[in-house]
Amino acid sequence: MTESVAPSAAPRPLAVAPVAAASPAARAAIEIDDVDFHYGASKALHDITLNIPERQVTAFIGPSGCGKSTLLRCLNRMNDLIDGARVSAGRIRIDGVNIFDPRVDVIELRKRVGMVFQKSNPFPKSIYENITYGLRIQGQKTKARLDEVVEHSLRGAALWDEVKDRLHESALGLSGGQQQRVCIARAIAVEPEIILMDEPCSALDPIATAKVEELIHGLKKQFTIVIVTHNMQQAARCSDRTAFFYLGKLIEYADTRTIFMNPANPQTEAYVSGRFG
Amino acid sequence: MKPAPSAFAAIFGRPTPAKRVETGVFWLLRLCTYFVLLCAAFIFWDIGSKGGAVVFQSSAPFINVPFLTESPETLNVFVRDGREQTMGDRAFRQFKAEHAAEMKGVAVETYVYSAGGIFPNIAGTVLLVLGSILIALVLGVLSAIYLSEYATEGPFIRFLRLSIVNLAGVPSIVFGLFGFGMFVIALDFGVSLLAGWLTMAFMVLPIIITASEEALKAVPQGYREGSLALGATKFQTILTNVLPYALPGILTSSVLAIARVAGETAPIMFTAAFVMRDELPWQVQKWTDFIFQGVMALPYHIYVVASKIPQNEYTRDVQYGTAFVFLFTVAAIAMTAVILRQRLRKKYQW
Ligand SMILES: Nc1ncnc2c1ncn2[C@@H]1O[C@H](COP(=O)(O)OP(=O)(O)OP(=O)(O)O)[C@@H](O)[C@H]1O
Ligand SMILES: [Mg+2]
Repeated sequence: MTESVAPSAAPRPLAVAPVAAASPAARAAIEIDDVDFHYGASKALHDITLNIPERQVTAFIGPSGCGKSTLLRCLNRMNDLIDGARVSAGRIRIDGVNIFDPRVDVIELRKRVGMVFQKSNPFPKSIYENITYGLRIQGQKTKARLDEVVEHSLRGAALWDEVKDRLHESALGLSGGQQQRVCIARAIAVEPEIILMDEPCSALDPIATAKVEELIHGLKKQFTIVIVTHNMQQAARCSDRTAFFYLGKLIEYADTRTIFMNPANPQTEAYVSGRFG
Repeated sequence: MKPAPSAFAAIFGRPTPAKRVETGVFWLLRLCTYFVLLCAAFIFWDIGSKGGAVVFQSSAPFINVPFLTESPETLNVFVRDGREQTMGDRAFRQFKAEHAAEMKGVAVETYVYSAGGIFPNIAGTVLLVLGSILIALVLGVLSAIYLSEYATEGPFIRFLRLSIVNLAGVPSIVFGLFGFGMFVIALDFGVSLLAGWLTMAFMVLPIIITASEEALKAVPQGYREGSLALGATKFQTILTNVLPYALPGILTSSVLAIARVAGETAPIMFTAAFVMRDELPWQVQKWTDFIFQGVMALPYHIYVVASKIPQNEYTRDVQYGTAFVFLFTVAAIAMTAVILRQRLRKKYQW
C-alpha cells in the first residue's frame, strides 16, 4: 500500500486524507462517524471519526485507558453487555449499514465481525470443539464439513502441524501462544469479514508474538483486521494504518509509516518515540 | 560506637508472653476440633456397632437379607418347649395353622414393626430424594440462571435474593405444614409422593439457587464473551458455554440438598409418609397412581419405632438397624452426586 498523507497542522489528519480518496483499491470497510461513547455518566470516547480500509491491518495505539478497547468493542457491539454503556452520538457503518440501527441483528453482526481477546479464552473443551463452536451453534452438523473447517482454520492460524494429532485433547493443555492461535482459528472458522484483535500478543513471548504477527500478515489477504496494541514495534511491523488515541480522542490517523516517521501531531511523535507524559 | 547485641540471639530466649498465648490458642483450637471429631466418632460407632449387628451376621451370606428385602411385620414372641420363639406375622400365622392344637392357650406377645425388614422404607426414601432433588435442581438452576445471567441488579432483585436467603432459615416443620395445606389439601394431591417432592423441593431450593448462582458467577466472563463474539445467542452461550462449567458447583449444592431431603422427617410426615403400607411403590395400576401414592420412608420409620410404639429390646434392634441403613442410603446417594461431579470436573477443567 502506498499512499501519501500530507503532513498538516490540522487537528485531525484524517480529514485531510480520507482513506478511500487516497487509495481507490481500499474501500472503507468500517466508517466511524463522530462517535461519542459513555460508560454511565463518564464519557470514554469523544467525537471519533475514522474510516477503516478493507483488507488492511489497522492498528489502534495509545496510552492505557485512552479508549482503544472501547472503540474496538463498539465495532461488534460487545459493549452491549455492559450495563449503562452506550454510543451517545454518531454512528458506525459496516459495509454501509449502521450497526446501531435497531433492525440490525447483533448475532449476524458478530458472525461477520469476529474478535480475538486480549486474555486468550479458549473454551475448556477440545481443540476440535473450540474451532467448530461457531459453526455448531449455527446448526452445522456435517462431520466432513466440520473436519474441513477445522483443518482449514488451523492451517490459517499456522497451528495445524502443531496440533493435528491432538485435536480431541483439551485446548487448555496448549501453550499460551498456541491457545491464542486457537482463538484466532476459532474466529476465522466462522468466516467473518472483519477480525478485531484486542492486544492479542500481550501475554505471549517474543517467539509466539512473531508467529501471531506473521499470521496477521497472512490473514489480511482475506480479512479486514483491526488490532489494538501497546507494542510500538508491533504496530509498525504489522499494520498498514495506525490510529493514535489519547484521553478518548483520536489524535492522529494516517498510514503507519507516516505515524512513525513523520507524525503531524507533536503528541503522536512524543508517544511513538517513547517520550510520553 | 559499639553495635547493639544481635537481636537474633533472642531466638534462644525464654518464651515471651506472646509465645505462650500462641501455644495456648493453638491447643484450644486443636482440642475443640478433636472434641467435635470425638462426638462424631461416638455417634458413628454407636450406630455402626449396634446397627451393624442387625444388618450383618456372622454366617453366610453375612448380610441380614430379609431385613433389607422384606416389609416390616409384627413380631410374635411366645414360649414353646421352654424356649422363647420369635416369629414374624406371616410365619407365625402359618405356624399357628399347623400347630393349632399345641398353640391353644399359649401366651403370645406381639411387637409391631419389629420383624421383617425395611425394604419399602428404603425404596420410599430413595424415591422421595430423587424426585425432590430433580424438581429442586430444575427449578433452582433455572432461577439461578435468571438471577446470574439475565436479571439486572436493582432493588427488586436484591429483595428477591434476600427472600431466597431467608427461605433457607425457615424450619422444616413449617415447610411440612405449608406442603400439607398447599399440596395435600388445597391442590388435593392427598398424602402422596408428589406432595412430598414439591414440599421438600421448596425446602432445599434456597440451597440450590444460592450455590448454583455462585457456580455460574464463578465461570469466567471470557467464556461468555468468546461465545457471544462468535455469534452465539445469549441462551446458546449459557447452555453450551456457561452451564456445563458450572455443573460441578451445582452438584456440590445438590449433595447438601440430598442430605437435607433424605434426613428430614417433618416435611414428609404430613405430606408423603405412611406409617405402614402393604404395596410397594411400583405396584400401581397407572403412572398417576404412582405419583399420588404415599410411601414409607426411613426417617419417618425411625421416628415411629422410636417414639410411637412401646420400647423394648426388639424395637431397639429395628431402630439401630434402620438408622444404620439410613446413613448408608444417604451416603450412597450423595456419593453418586460426588462421583458425577468428579467426572464433570475432569471433563470441563478450567
Ligand atoms: N466497563 C467499564 N465501565 C466503566 N468504565 C469503563 C469500563 N471499561 C472501560 N472504562 C473506562 O473507559 C476508558 C477507556 O477504557 P478502555 O478499556 O477502552 O481503554 P484502553 O485504551 O483499552 O486501555 P488499555 O490499553 O489499558 O486496555 C477508561 O477510562 C476506563 O476506565
Ligand atoms: Mg484495552
